[in-house]
Amino acid sequence: MKRPEWIPAILSIAVFALFWYLSKDFRDIPYLISNTTILAETGLMAIGMTLIIIAGNIDLSVGSILVLTACLMPKLAGHASAPVAILIAVLLGAVMGGINGIIITKAKLPSFLVTLATMAIYRGIAKAMLQADSAEVAPNVKGLDRLSLLGMPYPLVIFLVFALVIGLVLHRKVLGRWLFGIGTNSEAARYAGFPVDRATITAFAVSGALIGIAAFCMDSRLGVARPDMAPGIELQAITIVVAGGTAISGGKGTMVGTLLSWLLMYFVTTGMGVMNIKAEYQLTIIGLILIVSVFGQQVATSIASHRLPKPTKLSTKP
Amino acid sequence: MKHFSSLLLLGALVLAGCNSGGSGTDTSSTATNTGNSAPSGDTGEKLKVVFIPKDTANPYFKPVGQGIDEAKAKYNFDYQEQGPATADPTSQIPIIKDQIQRKVDVIVLAANAPNTLNEVLDDAKAKGIIVLTVDADLTGNESHRAAGILPTDFAKVGESQLELMGKQMNYEGEFAILSATTTASNQNTWIATIKEKLKDPKYSKMKLVDTVYGNDEPMKSSTEMEGLLTKYPNLKGVLSPTSVGLAAAAQVLENSGNYPGGPKAKNGGIHLTGLSTPKQLKKYVDKGVIEGFQLWSPKDMGTLAACLGTSAKRKKIDLKFGTEVDGPDGKKYKLDDKGVVYAGDLLTFDKTNIDKYDF
Repeated sequence: MKRPEWIPAILSIAVFALFWYLSKDFRDIPYLISNTTILAETGLMAIGMTLIIIAGNIDLSVGSILVLTACLMPKLAGHASAPVAILIAVLLGAVMGGINGIIITKAKLPSFLVTLATMAIYRGIAKAMLQADSAEVAPNVKGLDRLSLLGMPYPLVIFLVFALVIGLVLHRKVLGRWLFGIGTNSEAARYAGFPVDRATITAFAVSGALIGIAAFCMDSRLGVARPDMAPGIELQAITIVVAGGTAISGGKGTMVGTLLSWLLMYFVTTGMGVMNIKAEYQLTIIGLILIVSVFGQQVATSIASHRLPKPTKLSTKP
Repeated sequence: MKHFSSLLLLGALVLAGCNSGGSGTDTSSTATNTGNSAPSGDTGEKLKVVFIPKDTANPYFKPVGQGIDEAKAKYNFDYQEQGPATADPTSQIPIIKDQIQRKVDVIVLAANAPNTLNEVLDDAKAKGIIVLTVDADLTGNESHRAAGILPTDFAKVGESQLELMGKQMNYEGEFAILSATTTASNQNTWIATIKEKLKDPKYSKMKLVDTVYGNDEPMKSSTEMEGLLTKYPNLKGVLSPTSVGLAAAAQVLENSGNYPGGPKAKNGGIHLTGLSTPKQLKKYVDKGVIEGFQLWSPKDMGTLAACLGTSAKRKKIDLKFGTEVDGPDGKKYKLDDKGVVYAGDLLTFDKTNIDKYDF
């Protein structure tokens, strides 16, 4: 009961069982594994978003970073090899994320405001650059989603590896401790000698770098990049993070929660998709799941705190 | 990426086959009886046909779906419509993936972008699914679908719209275009044709002052229309070749009262025309806000799609680029060298005939 992630975990299992029972098209494990390629990109964005939200911030510009990176990468990489293209995408994303972090910390502006602005700026640049055109992706970097490792498509492997690595950094390393500290009380963290600015900028830059990887996956999957693609993907990433139990006010959250919430979202969207549930109902249901998950975790946490064993009183007797 | 290069090779082969026009060999079908037996009265296995519109909110696609739906008994198939919530270049990809998994036989698609769906459509083709585009084709990527059904010869729409606009405003004065999105390929084609045709001496006194984009959203379209009215006091005409834009513009124009015969008509008022369905604009035509507008019959696209898709799946016809195939009404339909086929001609709706149409 101390870990509220059991809510998205149970919801995942329930949703999985429900669609397994309802739809023969869902009852297909190889399909369920191979179909992860699209949401894996959003998953990569949710990993970085977890760091940012835990530190008490938000990044509304992640979708715009994704799109601008996806549009710039083919232009800059040209026909360079895949590793070079990935490196370019990661650097682009990290720079854009870093810029967010620098403005937020140095100008002391709320992240909501700054990233609301960069959301418009980054997407605006992509639109100004390409107008109604598209950026063609070089043939040698296409089709990553069709390659697999250990029976899983590459984007899924990449997502899981980064969830593990960043999860370890968040929960086992000093950077993670700083982020939790900043999210709980940034002033206190500053007085405690935490490098608040540096840690915040790092979180935004790491998030940007992960978005760079997501942008590469997207380019590779679509074979083309357009400035008008993936609208609203930032809200999807934020939804995954908060439905996974990360407190929007900061200071609380886990990577396991984000991962489980991603899985829940995956089962829900895939199940409703193969059952051809109407798009408007799909949106409503996802909204409901967000509420149920967040509310359930809040209730679970409060029950858990009531049930905590009372601290044993120190004996006053000599 | 070994796997991938073989796919690419396959794609290139398919492309080569299609580009050779009429003489090319079709890789997906072995049918030979093209043009002999008219496709009708199917009693074989029931097929699954799904229609993917641009999004669920656009009323323009309702009759297309209706056209398919009404043909389901004749061609023996189950029909479903499944559109994305938003009309963006990537929102149809997961839906197409879902349909492949659902093992549908025919996908009828109004593509949101001409180039983002190539990979997933190739997957569908590899599974033997017949993919037909309706209304919005994959311009430049025609090899990724079996055939593209266009409502009418688009090359003539721009011209026809300009002529109607010209007639209404007496071939004189300033006019503006209220379009859908900057990336909508059909809109851009028409705007380009209009600009080209304006060089004609017949239209020399007409001046296109602005082109604005309402993104096919009612709110944004209204705002853009209001913007036009304030920005250009001498405006004589507004041309909105999109159903969402035209309806929004009509409401704004009615509120302003500045239409021919309107309570606040200035210099004869602003003439509004464009493309839309009769049902949607009937009240504005009755009130005189709009004199006349045009459209093809979207329903015919649906009927043709149902016929061609199921017939091709049953190998009764061969959708080979550059050939003629049998249509639903016994007429021959010609696929051009890009696999494009037109469903019919443009109709003009006004007070005299609007009651005759129910879509």
